[in-house]
Amino acid sequence: MSAESPLPRIALVGNPNVGKSVLFNALTGAYSTVSNYPGTSVEVSRGHCEIDGVRYEVLDTPGMYSMLPITEEERVAREILLHEESRVVLHVVDARNLERMLPMTLQLVEAGLPVILVVNILDEAERLGMTIDIPLLQEKLGLPVIGAAMARKRGLKEVREAIAGYEPRRAVFGYDSDLERDIARVASLLHGEYRLHSRAIALLLLQRDEEICSLVALTEGEHSVHVEKAVNEIVFERRTDLHLRISLERRRVCKGVLEGVVTQREGREKTFAERLSDLTMNPWTGIPILLLILYLGLYQFVGVFGAGTVVDFLEGTIFEEGINPWLVEAADRHLRWYWLHELLVGEYGIFTLAMRYAIALILPIVGTFFLAFSVIEDTGYFPRLALMVDRIFKRIGLNGRAVIPIVLGFGCDTMATMVTRTLETIRERIIATVLLALAIPCSAQLGVILGLLSGEAGTLIVWTFCIAGIFLLVGFLAAQVVPGERPMFYMEIPPLRMPQPRNVLVKTYTRMQMYFLEILPLFIIASVVLWAGKMTGLLQGLVDLLTPVMRMLGLPEEASAAFIFGFFRRDFGAAGLYDLHTGGLLSPVQLAVAAVTLTLFVPCVAQFLMMKKERGWKVSLAIFAFVTILAFTTGVTLNFVLNATGILG
Amino acid sequence: MKLTPKAEEILEALWIATEEEGENSAHLSTLGVGPEDEGLAELSRLAYVETRGERVYLRPEGRPEAQMTVRRHRLSERLMMDILDLKGASGNARACELEHLLHHGVDTKICTLLNHPTTCPHGKPIPPGECCRKARAAGSVGVVALTELKAGQQGEIAYLATSDPQKMQKLMSMGVLPGNNLSLGRTFPSFIFKVGNSEFAVDEDLAREIFIRKG
Repeated sequence: MSAESPLPRIALVGNPNVGKSVLFNALTGAYSTVSNYPGTSVEVSRGHCEIDGVRYEVLDTPGMYSMLPITEEERVAREILLHEESRVVLHVVDARNLERMLPMTLQLVEAGLPVILVVNILDEAERLGMTIDIPLLQEKLGLPVIGAAMARKRGLKEVREAIAGYEPRRAVFGYDSDLERDIARVASLLHGEYRLHSRAIALLLLQRDEEICSLVALTEGEHSVHVEKAVNEIVFERRTDLHLRISLERRRVCKGVLEGVVTQREGREKTFAERLSDLTMNPWTGIPILLLILYLGLYQFVGVFGAGTVVDFLEGTIFEEGINPWLVEAADRHLRWYWLHELLVGEYGIFTLAMRYAIALILPIVGTFFLAFSVIEDTGYFPRLALMVDRIFKRIGLNGRAVIPIVLGFGCDTMATMVTRTLETIRERIIATVLLALAIPCSAQLGVILGLLSGEAGTLIVWTFCIAGIFLLVGFLAAQVVPGERPMFYMEIPPLRMPQPRNVLVKTYTRMQMYFLEILPLFIIASVVLWAGKMTGLLQGLVDLLTPVMRMLGLPEEASAAFIFGFFRRDFGAAGLYDLHTGGLLSPVQLAVAAVTLTLFVPCVAQFLMMKKERGWKVSLAIFAFVTILAFTTGVTLNFVLNATGILG
Repeated sequence: MKLTPKAEEILEALWIATEEEGENSAHLSTLGVGPEDEGLAELSRLAYVETRGERVYLRPEGRPEAQMTVRRHRLSERLMMDILDLKGASGNARACELEHLLHHGVDTKICTLLNHPTTCPHGKPIPPGECCRKARAAGSVGVVALTELKAGQQGEIAYLATSDPQKMQKLMSMGVLPGNNLSLGRTFPSFIFKVGNSEFAVDEDLAREIFIRKG
């Protein structure tokens, strides 16, 4: 099916966490991410479905709270409603919060969109003692309303029937007469063609929506002066916040609509999930729960199972014993050119290094990490973690929301750097990028370093304190230095849920796919660069250049190779140390200094390229320089302190 | 001695010009009256004001009365807005009529009902009355910031005091709207509260901007 074909379109809209993506999957059977963390689905999923022999394109928009967007996601969602013609707009709402979400239904109807209301999560609402009279609601609203529990496929048939049988009709909701007068006054001045009804445009203008203002200015041309004048006069005349006024009016209308529709049985026991939820938010019980999750999810599952068992099998058995010897042998036989031989299967060869590394080493670690991450995400735990760390994160110039990229960084810093774009202010994005580049070791690096230091308990403690200290110190300083507004923290806490295996798998699969598409090419580039460096002798030159630095750190000269490689493969550097250590070349002090410096030292090349992509050359080069200088300064200082105090002696 | 509405309007405008806009007097045209105006004559008779040429001066004798007139006007604006839910032009018109009726302790009652507001809906200060001073001395509270509530308490959201329209918009679209019931679950490490069946977490800065009428 070509992309341009004018298939009738179905758009799914609604707040975050109302089950839009579940409905999307149920309709299309296609892959899409289902998220329990408010606002993570930045991208729009598209899929297809067939109802009564008609093929539709289905769009899953990012979560939006109202037609007046604040976040990037909301802007994307509205963009779709504003610029793409839809046959049907499915507004998905959470039955438990019908009163809160219905105002957006009004806004969609007001905009003249062909709305079908899907009252989802009806099963959980019923468990809370709520009864919702769907037929009465449909009658009062004057548009198709369907009760559903999509996680159980309840209501799917009705949704499909409603789409097939949709006939446009216009429901009208009236506001207070004075507000209506103002709306009519602005609407009457609009002569251009808009996808949304002029009434909705007028309301958005009165609420000073910048995008709509410029759209109107563009559409109306010179006539837009009159519109602007009318809007300014009305806003001035009222001298009160029109947004509040309109919100209150909408609530009044919704209250009227819901009268007799929703009945709530009084007095109910707290459910197990609610009690558990309380425990996760109380620091006394919440911190032990966090540690338990870290131990089971990160250490046992990712560390022991992923980085141990699976890597041993893939790398040791499949690659080292199976694929690589065969490839090398084939190359030996057929490739006459030394350089090509080296490029493909040499020390830094595309197959022997990049592919083996990406598939056998990183994929299992990152894969198990993403799986654990998706399970935790779908339970709705992350918002709870976010509110627990908010106070500490404020100190380092971030807010609780930044836990997502930071936690993700322990899996893969490159992907975490990409995810920093979900943070609201540029200031937070820069600080998070710096901290990821500096003090968050990715799972691959963490695995090797922990293995390296576990023999020397003292060095492990020194390493942990140094990295945690640098993380907090640099964050604290960055918060003072980086300009921009102070972050604020507000977040909806979704109920704790049992993750659905299918959604977890789909999400893990999507992440791993993204990881592969984004990061594998970078590994190939890195191995080509290393290969070129080796062929031209440039690599050796760089190693020699670093030798004096090694002396300052009190490290043997051989360690400089580990640092150079560290840039291309973050853990390769650590692995280089491993060789030095097993060769008996490093004392405990040297081991601690080397491990700390290498952890802090430049991100891997993939992460650097991602930084460049997300933050631009200027910022990423500045971060690069800063991180390099800080890493070596810390190393030199640590070396001095450890030797002077004799702590590890 | 009760002033006529016309005289009160003049006194009010004069107070705003001299006390709030830093003029030493007001021009007749600013007050919207002619030199022969009845209201002005009434005020002159009471020695509240003095007219010299085109300009009107507020005399020390007239200050207390002028201050209270402004107070009554702004209290009635607040009443229209917060309690009667009348806004915009109609609210303003009602407020202008109502202010002249707030004598003999009615203003005190309304001020107490509104929990001694300090600013009018347009952000201008409301001069404090005797009741405000007493309430301040007694330390009584009616509407408090969310940060003043203890965990487990609940109340109705009275208003949002944030000056940042984006924050306001976000809170409102999440359902944190005046008139909705809120129950506070925790105050540490963040403020966690429920509105309807939804749970939210906000930091202390934001919690300070949500005002609750304790119930």
